[in-house]
Amino acid sequence: MTTELSSDTTLLQARGLTKHYGHVVAMDNCDFDLRPGEILAVIGDNGAGKSTLIKSLTGAVVPDAGELSLAGERVHFRNPLDARLAGIETVYQELAVAAALDITQNLYLGREIRQAGPMGSVLRRLDKKAMRAGAAQQMADLGIRIQSIRQKVETLSGGQRQAVAVARAAAWATNLVIMDEPTAALGVRETNQVLDLILRVRDHGLPVVLISHNMPNVFQVADRIHIHRLGRRIALVESAHTSMEEVVAVMTGAKPPTSMHTVGADEIAVPALPQDKADNNG
Amino acid sequence: MTSPSSPSAAPPSVPQARVDELQQDAGRSGGVRQLLSGQVAGPLAALILAVVVFGLTTDTFFKADNFALILQQSVVVGTVAIGQTLIILTAGIDLANGAIMVMGAVVVGKFALDGNPLVALILGAVVCIALGLINGTLVSVFSLPPFIITLGMLSVVTAAARLYTGSQSYPIDAPLLTVLNEGPQIGGTTITYGVMLWIVMTLVITYVLSQTSWGVKVYAVGDNPVSARLAGVKTRRVLLFVYAIAGLIYAFGTWQALGRTPTADPSSYATLNLDSITAVVIGGTSLFGGRGGVIGTFIGALIVSVLANGLTQAGIDSLYQQVATGLLIVIAVGVDHVVRRRQVR
Repeated sequence: MTTELSSDTTLLQARGLTKHYGHVVAMDNCDFDLRPGEILAVIGDNGAGKSTLIKSLTGAVVPDAGELSLAGERVHFRNPLDARLAGIETVYQELAVAAALDITQNLYLGREIRQAGPMGSVLRRLDKKAMRAGAAQQMADLGIRIQSIRQKVETLSGGQRQAVAVARAAAWATNLVIMDEPTAALGVRETNQVLDLILRVRDHGLPVVLISHNMPNVFQVADRIHIHRLGRRIALVESAHTSMEEVVAVMTGAKPPTSMHTVGADEIAVPALPQDKADNNG
Repeated sequence: MTSPSSPSAAPPSVPQARVDELQQDAGRSGGVRQLLSGQVAGPLAALILAVVVFGLTTDTFFKADNFALILQQSVVVGTVAIGQTLIILTAGIDLANGAIMVMGAVVVGKFALDGNPLVALILGAVVCIALGLINGTLVSVFSLPPFIITLGMLSVVTAAARLYTGSQSYPIDAPLLTVLNEGPQIGGTTITYGVMLWIVMTLVITYVLSQTSWGVKVYAVGDNPVSARLAGVKTRRVLLFVYAIAGLIYAFGTWQALGRTPTADPSSYATLNLDSITAVVIGGTSLFGGRGGVIGTFIGALIVSVLANGLTQAGIDSLYQQVATGLLIVIAVGVDHVVRRRQVR
């Protein structure tokens, strides 16, 4: 690894993102780096400006200043569709699935496949068989256990519903998946199911940006942790080389970020330290 | 709150047999199963029960002519209720549909007086679609509540129809405008073109709702508009189209109504809005949106007509028809409530 950032080491990169709402500075010269194949947790206190950062990565907010590049190319997201077209899918905090639709319909919502030939082009007939097969494949690939691909989502548990949302994002994302508090509404067991799923998504080669308030969850799955404070990234650390106490102290301002092994933009190369928490890296 | 119990290091892989099973399940087609599942089964059972009971208790009910009559008595409500179903599926409601249909009828009546009946019919349809579009624009673009919007439209359109005609009614005599009340003899009784049109429209809308992506979007918008929008569905456009297509369906209702009663009367069909909601609800479509379909509505409209017809044949006071219909509405809404509560965990 070199100290220079290139598209080899960074998939999604932001430099100097700034956003004002009137007098309020929601993002203040904020940086962001996501490597291919990693789970990056984004943490920060309430009001630190995490959601503004995330929204500017998903196109929901257009920053006043700063630049964003995806795989080395400058990108401008003016709306969520732009981000989606660039291969960035988002799983939202609220269980964003349609309960009365079945699993297949949810996976393909807004991207339905039509039958070939005149049945599809003239009569607009959906190819339900192909969609069910695709959905079954996707659910199996991610190891999501369900009885039938035809099950209505309302018959699923909260964890399974969120799993459907994750499967949909993973199915359509070509570059990365952003998950905004995906386990906030779930119990312990279901949370672990979704965390397992996040690991599998990463193992399928898709990097994941995980926004979470839950430190144990973050340390369970994240490879690196982006600590957000007062509208900017104040530290970027490997979860294996830090502790929950330290991260929380830096996040809340009780401890200066200089005390940490930071892996920021300028020192991407980190000396290989003893891997005392190697199990977190799967 | 959460204990950091580590997720299994290597995620458990799904056994191949399970995958095959899922794939097999995916390959099966589910047309009939889908049709008879959930919402349609209950109303269908109620309809069959009513038919059997009236068939056993009266001598005159179980006759081909009587069945044909029941179908004819259902066409106007049934046709308009197709549009109402689409709107209710999006978690909306249309209180103005009867008024829109009547407005269409008086426009047809007035223009057919000394003009081409086809042109008159098309003008009537244009008026119905335009009024549907006004509803749709207010509901989708301005995000106003459908109940209030269509209540306002009910008032405005009803008054406008009377002002437009000077509260007069127009006789309809052009064959084109009353053709839906005619039809071929089938099995010794007349099946009108209106009944056929009603059945065809039900099948076409069923196809659109169950086999096209637009149909999936209608359900998604009614079920959970936030998730639909997040999934990239243009929810406002879907809503606008639903109200416009409902307007077109009301125009067919106009045509049906002129066939049934060859008079364009601005004060007719005053309770058609509630009658159509009754058919939709008894047919198993949820007033909360996202669940149901037009086959259920077809059955719902038939149930109301069968009750009215059967109770009359049995010599029971017509007020009891209203009691029976009211009870059915309460039962249907109760069932829907229980189903929804059970499914929301």
